[in-house]
Formats: sequence, C-alpha cells, structure tokens
Amino acid sequence: MTFLNAIFRNLFSRPATRRYPFVKREPFPGTRGQLAIDPDRCIYCGICAKRCPANAITVSKTPSKSWTLDNYRCVICGYCVEVCPKKCLTMKQDYFSPK
Amino acid sequence: MARKSVIPFGPQHPVLPEPLHLRLVLEDERVVEALPSIGYIHRGLEKLAEQKDYIQDAFLVERTCGICSFIHALTYCQGIEALLKLEVPPRARYLRTVWSEMHRVHSHLLWLGLLADAFGFENLFMQAWRAREEVVDLMEVTAGARIMLGMCCVGGVRRDLTDEQLAAVLKSMDKLNRQFDDLIPVILKDYSVQQRLRGVGRISRETAYERGAVGPVARASGVARDFRETGYAAYGELGFVPVVETEGDCYARMEVRLAELYQCLHLVRAAVRKMPSGPISVTPKGNPDGEYVSRTEQPRGEVVYYLKGNGGKNLDRLRIRTPTFANIAPLLAMLPGCELADVPVIVLSIDPCISCTER
Amino acid sequence: MLQNCKDVTRENLLTEVASRLPLGYRFVTMTCVDLGDAFDVLYHFDKNYELSTLRLRLPKGETLPSVSGLVFAAVLVENEIKDLFGIAVTGLAIDYQGHFILADGAPTAPLLKNPPPPTAPAAEGAPKNG
Ligand code: SF4
Ligand code: SF4
Repeated sequence: MTFLNAIFRNLFSRPATRRYPFVKREPFPGTRGQLAIDPDRCIYCGICAKRCPANAITVSKTPSKSWTLDNYRCVICGYCVEVCPKKCLTMKQDYFSPK
Repeated sequence: MARKSVIPFGPQHPVLPEPLHLRLVLEDERVVEALPSIGYIHRGLEKLAEQKDYIQDAFLVERTCGICSFIHALTYCQGIEALLKLEVPPRARYLRTVWSEMHRVHSHLLWLGLLADAFGFENLFMQAWRAREEVVDLMEVTAGARIMLGMCCVGGVRRDLTDEQLAAVLKSMDKLNRQFDDLIPVILKDYSVQQRLRGVGRISRETAYERGAVGPVARASGVARDFRETGYAAYGELGFVPVVETEGDCYARMEVRLAELYQCLHLVRAAVRKMPSGPISVTPKGNPDGEYVSRTEQPRGEVVYYLKGNGGKNLDRLRIRTPTFANIAPLLAMLPGCELADVPVIVLSIDPCISCTER
Repeated sequence: MLQNCKDVTRENLLTEVASRLPLGYRFVTMTCVDLGDAFDVLYHFDKNYELSTLRLRLPKGETLPSVSGLVFAAVLVENEIKDLFGIAVTGLAIDYQGHFILADGAPTAPLLKNPPPPTAPAAEGAPKNG
C-alpha cells in the first residue's frame, strides 16, 4: 500500500535524469572542477610542484620560466591552491574536458 | 551420482562490480567448495605511500577506495594525529562525522542498488541510485567533490560549513528520510526480495567471529561490533548504538544496512545540531615517529591502518587492511552448500570492494 | 610503543596464538615490516575493541610458520605477505604459490625496501598486469 504513493509520485514527477549533453547542470559554487593559474602573479617558486601529491605540476625557472599542469595527473585536491604563497592558483568550478 | 564440475566465477561477471575471481567446485547445482583469488587490480599503494610525505598520504589513502574514500583519509589522519599527539578541534571532529556518515549513506545505497541488480530487480536498483544522487550532490555542495572529498587533513578538516550549508544538509536529510520511508518498508516486505535473500548464505555467530567477520556481516550474525562505539571523531557524543540482527543470512545483512541508513541520517542530524563553533584545524608540527594502529568503522566494517614513522617526513610503513579483506574468509564459509544461482547474491551480500582489498 | 604488544619467537608463536583464541580474541590481521636485515611480523588480535599484538622478529631468509591451521582467516594475509615480501610461509592451509596478489611477470617481492631486480624481463607482449 505504501508503495502506491511512491508510484504516483514517480509517475507525475519530473525525470531524475537530464538530457545531457544538451541540458547541463550548473556546477555548485564550491565544486572543485579544475585548476587555473594567474601567470602574472606566479613567482615560479615551485612550492606547488613540490607539495602536489600527484606530481601533476612542473615548474622551471631556467632557461625560461614555465609552469605546466598535467591535467590527467591532477586529482583536483586543491592542495596547491592552499600552499601557493602568492595565491595565484584558483579552482574553477567547471570540469576539465579533453579537447 | 552427482557430477562434479569446476567453474570459474569472475573476474568479469555481469553482476560483479569489481574483479573478484572465485573458483567454484559444484556438485550438480550445489557449491561444495569455493576458492577466491584476487590480484587483478593490485596497485602497490602501500609502497607508493612510503614515497610521499605524510601530508600528501592523506590524499593518497583516500584513493584506496572509490566508495568510502573519506573514511580512509579519516582513519589515516587519526593515526598520524595520535603519533604527533595532536588534539583535533571539536568542530573538525563533528564535520568529520558528518562527512563519514554521508559516505555511509551513499555507500549503502550504492550497495542496495547493486544487490538489487544482482537478483534482477532493476526497478529497485534505479530507486536506490536515485536516492543516492541526493547525498552525492550534497557532498559536492559541502565538500566540492562528489566522492573524493579530500576534506580530511592531518589536524582537522580543510573546509568549514556555513550555517546555510548546515541547514541545507538538514533539509537533504529530511528529503532522504522521505525517500527511505517510501522505499525501505517495501523492500523489506517484498516477496521476491524475501525469496531471494531469506535463509541464503547463512553463517552462525561463532563462525562469523572465528573467521574475523567485520561490519554488517558480523552484525547480521549477532556480533555487536561496530567501531563507532569506541567514540572516535564525534561518535562518542551522539549516542551511538550499533544495529544488530541475529539471523546471519543475506536478508539480515540487508536489514542491518537498511537500518543503518536511518541511523546515518540520525547521526548527521545530531552532529549538525550539536555542531560546536571554533577552528577547524590545527597545523601539524614535527614528524610522526613510532608505531600506531588506527581503526575506524567503514560502511563495510572495520578498517585497520598500521602506521610506522621514523621521525622523517615519509612513513616507514603504511599498511591498510580493508574490511572486505576480512570478510572474504567468512564468505568462504557462506558459499558451500548454496545453489549456483545464489552465488552472486551471497557475494554481494558482503558488499565486496576488491580494489581496496588489494590496494 | 604499539598498544599491547608482546614479543614472540618462531618457536612459541603457535602456542601463543592458540592460547589467545579461547580467551575470545578475534584475529584482525597481520602486518609485515621490512627492517633491513629482518622482518617484523605483527599478528593483530582484538577483544572488546582492544588491540593486542604479537610481534615476531624474523631474520631474513628464515621461514615463517603459518598460523592458518589455527585461525583460518589468516590464510589470505599470509599469502599476501608471501607474495609481497617474498617470505616463505610453511604449512599454509591454502597455498597460492605466490600468485595470490601477483601475476606471472610481476615484480618479485615489491614491498621490500630494496626489491630484487627483475630476473627475466617479461617477454615482449606478455601481459603486464599484477
Ligand atoms: S606555488 Fe604559486 S607562486 Fe609558486 S610556482 Fe606554484 S603557482 Fe607559482
Ligand atoms: S589540485 Fe592537487 S593534484 Fe592537482 S595540481 Fe593541485 S595539488 Fe596537484
């Protein structure tokens, strides 16, 4: 008997799924989606690279200054964002999608 | 005379979410012997942990398991905190409890769906997973990720919840409660569920204890062991009592998990209501030295972390014993005597998580 | 340092384990630690949420007597230790012959501090799982 209610609710409620990829849900505000860097503020100190648990970041000062992220290694933990002394790393809400 | 045959079950099998291999010796349709073998997804995580420092390891151990990830990190952090003699602030302990219980809800619902799938109850599978979506979304709102929360760090937690978020948690709990009210009484009374689960894969209290069963497998056989009773994190202040059944069959194991679903909601609510204010973490100082065994209760049972530090940043040894590892021995006691068609149900009734078993 | 830890030797290991079982101790697991020239093999037991441990110092090269005859639950972890540390375990209730966790062509004893170099390089195209 109890299930009758559930059946009716299921019949007349909106589907639980979305017509992905046509309809996409907005990411939640606090979601950790992907890492972004503001290269102007970065001082290439390499702290993020040293602390990253997944070895996803490579920083080099010589010959040219570079900061690279291997998106396929990054586990999006956000630890680098916390330790960066210049606070130039941020978490974006949308997920990284392979091009 | 009964014909003896040996059939391989798994590692690839439609009902198995993860690669467990069982070598089943059958007499006609009846299983007389079962021999497990694992090793398809051994990743050498314990070795990798020796190469990362103890702060990074918190993220690493979380990836032991894709289902109860937060509780892995929690167990690890509690161990390191004990070695460093760190006192975790009360608010962090409560937040840890909230996330642990959310993980338990999502894990039990996931399991319920898989079990339903194993005995061909597609509709229940969908209902369970739809309810699970609610709690997984809630984890994304509160922690920023759906499963790999990454919120537990040595010394506390990494993100605080605002009052609005806490209110949202309570609201979600009410919503889940309504969904459970719809679902759970029906499952418990359903004819086909009873037919498939009652009396199947029974193990006695003595066997369960002797074989080292943990978690819902032990509690369904009347062994009232639940590590939350020791009161780690905030459990000691929330009036926790373990759920126990005595039948010891697949149905009892389901009953335990379903009752725990309600209990999780209760614990989350109680923790949110009693949430103390204050800081959410302390900065760890020094390096771990010495040995410690840290244990907590996961959705599947007790998890054991052995930690050995040598005064350096890296650990000397990190060993993880996951609940499924302990539950394989009882599984071998459940299988002999059952019908071949019941094997998937029995295997799923221990809620196997093979990738964390092998690490 | 470890809670409730007691040292045992290879000779009295089995009697120590056997004497705990009637007291209501539940076998939890075993841990093996590579100490350089020896292993620490820890047998963890639990009673009423209290952990108690037997510590066996096993010099490298010696065999480890299996306790799986007394506690069947130990058989899986003993096979694991055998695979990952290359310790020869005698008297196993079920012996996987080193193929419990590792497959053919996997590194030998990978959890040692200094794992031995791979003996025969896996043939081209051989499965590399493990
Ligand atoms: S820690 Fe920050 S400033 Fe330093 S290299 Fe990384 S991103 Fe740049
Ligand atoms: S988010 Fe985590 S895994 Fe990704 S680069 Fe930063 S520290 Fe590394």
